[in-house]
Amino acid sequence: MRGGRADFDFGQYAASSRLQHQAENFIPFRFRQTVTLYEFARGPALTASLAVLLAGTLWRLARLAARPAPPDLSAPRGSAATGALRGIAHRFWPHPRFGATIGVSTAVGYAYHVGLAVIVFSFLPHIQFIRQLTGLRWPALPDPVTYFAGGLTTAALVVALVQRRGDPVKRMLSRFDDYFSWLVVFLPVITGMALIDVPRGSGNPAVAVHLLSVELLLAWFPFGKLMHALTAFWSRGLTGAKYARRGALP
Amino acid sequence: MSSVQRLVERVGEERVAAAMAAFARDFTREAAVHMDACVRCGHCSHACHFYVSTGDPKYTPINKIAPFLNAYRRTAAPWAPLARLFGTAKPVSLTELERWQELIYDACTMCGRCTLVCPMGIDIAALIARARHGMFAAGLVPEDLGAVAERAELSTSPLGATPKVLKERVAWLEDEHGIKVPLDAPRAAVLVTLSSIEIMKYPKSLVALARVLEHAGESWTISTSGYEATNFGLLSGNRDWQRDMSERVIKAAIACGANTVIVPECGHAYGALRWEGANVHGAPLPFEVLHISEYLAALVEAGRLRLEPLAKSLTFHDPCQVSRRGGASAAPRKVLGALGVELRELGDHADAGWCCGGGGGVVAIKHADGLRRGAFRIKMREIEATGAELAVTSCANCRQSFDDGQAYFKWDRSMGSLLELVAGQLREPARAG
Ligand code: SF4
Ligand code: SF4
Repeated sequence: MRGGRADFDFGQYAASSRLQHQAENFIPFRFRQTVTLYEFARGPALTASLAVLLAGTLWRLARLAARPAPPDLSAPRGSAATGALRGIAHRFWPHPRFGATIGVSTAVGYAYHVGLAVIVFSFLPHIQFIRQLTGLRWPALPDPVTYFAGGLTTAALVVALVQRRGDPVKRMLSRFDDYFSWLVVFLPVITGMALIDVPRGSGNPAVAVHLLSVELLLAWFPFGKLMHALTAFWSRGLTGAKYARRGALP
Repeated sequence: MSSVQRLVERVGEERVAAAMAAFARDFTREAAVHMDACVRCGHCSHACHFYVSTGDPKYTPINKIAPFLNAYRRTAAPWAPLARLFGTAKPVSLTELERWQELIYDACTMCGRCTLVCPMGIDIAALIARARHGMFAAGLVPEDLGAVAERAELSTSPLGATPKVLKERVAWLEDEHGIKVPLDAPRAAVLVTLSSIEIMKYPKSLVALARVLEHAGESWTISTSGYEATNFGLLSGNRDWQRDMSERVIKAAIACGANTVIVPECGHAYGALRWEGANVHGAPLPFEVLHISEYLAALVEAGRLRLEPLAKSLTFHDPCQVSRRGGASAAPRKVLGALGVELRELGDHADAGWCCGGGGGVVAIKHADGLRRGAFRIKMREIEATGAELAVTSCANCRQSFDDGQAYFKWDRSMGSLLELVAGQLREPARAG
């Protein structure tokens, strides 16, 4: 950095749009030449985080798949395939016997999982963003729904953190991964909520900060516990299959 | 010097290296995916009788495999090189393994109840069984459990019920109870196996077995070269011994051409042969394996048991390895239905039942007594709450835990055997099947 300015040049990402002009008016500092923080977030940072996400996720899944899997030679009593599907499905809901003990923790978990899903998949700017990346599109829900989901998710994440620190079992089990993963989920929610009054498509640095926080999440995904978004299905499916073969239902 | 003592004699690094080598064999895909998926929510603690009865976080199920998990993170996990680089998974030390001995052996009955509540479906009991392999290799199996396992490996029986003792017992029981036990028949449709606990402590079970089989007109035998159903190789964490113990029964069954092997009232014996037998044998088993409760249920279904009704209220304790982890929780209920008893289920039963606290070899570990008895109180409260006149189970090992609890707490309840209950209600004269 020199004189508060970024000492590098991402000229190839220069934008000549109206956005660029607006951004220059908003940004108290800007990259020398033409690259703004927004463009950096929208350009190389996004590319890099998506590359890490993709390569890291594939690596982790491939390494897990590469572990030896000796066949089960016992005579099956039930279908492993049906059991896998059942195992995946029925663990979306806590075992009825344990509702009283894990009910609150489960409800909090559900609140931020559902909240995040609503925010990511139902908010118009997010749908547009995903469309630009993938070409996929679907209708959005009204903005207030996302604002409500944002509030709910923020509150639920805070409660989850308080539980993690306050519950002796959770605290004992917790590692760096638990706190860092919490942070990389919390940051996009908070920085996104801060954008509620910012005009859309403004290229405001606050938008860039939001984007960068999302990119941090994407880049961290393959390394920590967020990966359970995928491995949960695998893990549940394995147990469901194993015990369905036995005619058991744990 | 016992083989376990020889393992202990080695220097620390050798013991850790032996544990790591054994752990490495156990990092299968299932184990890896399960360890990878844990979100450290702690829900599993609420299902474990050892956590519930003590409130001590160290008894949280997933915490019990910490050295195994640590070894995995450092050597075989997808990001193991990064874990070593950043020191996020420290090398496993002998001190760590020693500290975890209590958690891996004393504090886990491998009952699988924690899997019920885990949102990721992690099979922690299976991970514990794997972790025990490394612990055994490091000489860290509890001395008494190791000694029992070694006795079973060398002399067939963990409790001294050698073939000679078995023959003497059978002769005595035949004399005393007028039963006929066909030992070592060259051909038989059914090979019956026994638990040493029954032979030595509950010999009436053997009488009951003979009566039921005669009543059903079964062609059966007990082989003195493969009668022991318990598998302390599995419980102690010695894979080779586990295989040897299973192979004795498998060979005996093949030798007499049995199409069915009956596993006695023993939970882990069922898991060892029904679900692990083929895997240690390396090929599908050429016979069907039935727990005695399944066999009784099959007889009921086929109309081969004529029973006097029993007008009593009764509660049933599910052996974890037969019901939750074995898939046979319906069988005893079918038998009890045929007896016409008023079944008063425990608050948590069948797949959700609480362990008696003594499974997984824990009942054989002296220094686990206090912990085990604390967990047993959960069971006492549940049984009392049913107000049932009788309580029965289908596992001699569970019965042993109940007998211990009954004596220790001067409890006015006792745990009976489903098989003995059925044998006591057989309607004479016996009808050939
Ligand atoms: S319940 Fe399952 S996911 Fe949660 S801490 Fe226990 S093992 Fe891990
Ligand atoms: S298997 Fe049973 S004893 Fe072992 S940790 Fe799980 S609930 Fe506790």
